[in-house]
Amino acid sequence: MTRWSVTAHARITAAPDGRGGTALPELAGDGPLALRRSRDRVTVVGAMAAPLGGDRLRLDATVLAGARLRVGTAAATISLPGRDGAESVYDVTLTVEDRAVLHWLPEPLIAAAGSRLRTTTRVELAEGARLVLREEQVLGRSGEQPGALSTRLTVRRAGRPLLDQELSFGQAAPGWDGPAVLGGRRAVGQLLVVDPAFEDKPVAARLLDRDDGLDGSHASDGGDALVTPLAGPAALVTAVARDALTLRRLLDEGQREVVGAPW
Amino acid sequence: MSTHPAPPPPPAPAPAPGGAARAALLVLADGRFPAGGHAHSGGAEAAVRAGGVHDPDSLEHFCRGRLRTAGLTAAGLAAAATAGLDPLVLDEAADARTASPALRATSRKLGRQLMRAARAAWPGPALDALAAARPRGAHQPVVLGLAAGTAGLPPHDAAHIALYESVTGPATAAVRLLSLDPFAVAAVLARLTPDLDRAAEAAATAARAALHDGVDALPAASAPLLDLAAERHARWKVRLFAS
Amino acid sequence: MHRDHDEEYPVRHAYSTPTTRADGTRRALRVGLGGPVGSGKTATVAALCRSLRDRLSIAVVTNDIYTTEDAEFLLRNAVLPPERIAAVETGACPHTAIRDDISANLEAVEDLEDEVGPLDLVLVESGGDNLTATFSKALVDAQVFVIDVAGGDKIPRKGGPGVTTADLLVVNKTDLAPLVGADLEVMARDAKAQRGDLPTLFTALTAPDGIAPVREWVLARLDAWRA
Repeated sequence: MTRWSVTAHARITAAPDGRGGTALPELAGDGPLALRRSRDRVTVVGAMAAPLGGDRLRLDATVLAGARLRVGTAAATISLPGRDGAESVYDVTLTVEDRAVLHWLPEPLIAAAGSRLRTTTRVELAEGARLVLREEQVLGRSGEQPGALSTRLTVRRAGRPLLDQELSFGQAAPGWDGPAVLGGRRAVGQLLVVDPAFEDKPVAARLLDRDDGLDGSHASDGGDALVTPLAGPAALVTAVARDALTLRRLLDEGQREVVGAPW
Repeated sequence: MSTHPAPPPPPAPAPAPGGAARAALLVLADGRFPAGGHAHSGGAEAAVRAGGVHDPDSLEHFCRGRLRTAGLTAAGLAAAATAGLDPLVLDEAADARTASPALRATSRKLGRQLMRAARAAWPGPALDALAAARPRGAHQPVVLGLAAGTAGLPPHDAAHIALYESVTGPATAAVRLLSLDPFAVAAVLARLTPDLDRAAEAAATAARAALHDGVDALPAASAPLLDLAAERHARWKVRLFAS
Repeated sequence: MHRDHDEEYPVRHAYSTPTTRADGTRRALRVGLGGPVGSGKTATVAALCRSLRDRLSIAVVTNDIYTTEDAEFLLRNAVLPPERIAAVETGACPHTAIRDDISANLEAVEDLEDEVGPLDLVLVESGGDNLTATFSKALVDAQVFVIDVAGGDKIPRKGGPGVTTADLLVVNKTDLAPLVGADLEVMARDAKAQRGDLPTLFTALTAPDGIAPVREWVLARLDAWRA
């Protein structure tokens, strides 16, 4: 499975097509990032195993004013070690203009044993933009120790910081599986919903488990999740779970709590 | 790609007369400094109830994680405030780095308490200006950084204090909550000091970068369980610690 | 758009405790109530509120070791409307919150003044503690130490900063004295020896208007404060 490392830069631009739908004036896959389209939906299809140690991948998506775009991936992304232990980098930049909507819903990112990956997701939102963004990280394939993974999510709205979070796991991140960070769980994720409507009606913070308010112990079904209002018009679902399936169930439940009618 | 303009350079906190007063580091870092910290467990009370912290080893594991996440993030903000970044820009950056509303409220509450103590100890226009702009409290690390600067300390020292607080709070709380051997807990803190020094260095380096590249250059490390535990703790009817 | 802080809030008081408000009027008198667990601090606060709330604007800060226990007692008993009661957590060290690091209590008092003020009287109730607990002078203008006869009639003789230096010593539950074999005269004599000219009052809050002596003391303090 070893190959030389690659550098790839894929681009997507969505615009209103003038008939109530979405046009994709730009849809440029590159290297491992092949792009497939169906209506307002773009799927990233892995054309080769990636990211591999040393790879430098970049994906930019822009949703122009008034357009709608959904982006997903065909399968989980697996971070694999390269030949020389080099770190790989995956940078995603998302820009959503006024009255535009972006659903960014990739499948989980799995940090395989021995891999080293650093991802950044930078999101620039106009004041009237709406966003649903999901990120899921799974630490190691079944039964293996995870590689090193660090993910940074930086969201700015109208030029001001809305959310900035970095999660780091693996040997270079002391305490990552301890009681302050993951508590031995191997799947973690978040779902961010930004909607100007939250300006007037913010979500209430709540826990998605059967906590009775007295007993602080974890829910027994392998996961905990939390819905919180951010300091701007946004809601964040944070979930920690024993596996990817439980994680997705919690994030889906959180999404239903936060987004009443689908948009 | 966000290319937000670097904030205009605000007035740097005035150094203490006679230059750096190193002993101010000890005064500010002392758990007896009356800034409200004694009533906060830094998530330890919730972690104890959940069973995650139950002995000195699990406390150490907890503290290592907290130091590298919430501690590092606070240290970056504090060092940047000392270095002269606009405290209101940092206050906004702290909001973005704190997903839990319970933790945002705690940070502002402690910021307000620290502001009171710091203005008494080291009066100065930088603290007065922030107090007037955020009467309900600025985020604690921002106030800490400004106070350190007013006391004549460098950014690196402000980072050290923030990191030290990030582990002494849980350690002290664990002693009270679990009746742990206080000597064993002192040894836990001693074992954390190399991590603490490294994190202070990283925070100070990031603060220097932030002077040119803006607040995105500051650490934003977060810990999902600390957020979850803080919200859960805030809902308890019976608790010993405020957070 | 940041919701967490309220821009319209007035500029906070300085770190010290000025005795006048921004408009030059005298701020509320702050009275601290301390004493051992179970001596009747909360009952004293409740009785004071009931008997003074029609003529004074009152607020209460509680410092129970368990967050909201005392505040909830006061709420359940509808002693004051909820916006006039604030709870402060003390991290398992109630004396620290009223003596060594009073910042959370000061902020609770100031918030009450800002939100429901102007106030005439703020009662700061300490969490139940030991005989050494006293209030910082920067937090309260006068302090009351509440003990009870059931705790043993030796407490006044033992002294300690609470018994010795409080502006008022209240010996509560005098109705129980015969049941627990406490000698009120011995307690009064010991208190006198420890406290010199500082006053000591004996109360039985179960009696009709049993709070009267304490109420009159508070009103006299308030008159002196405003004079």
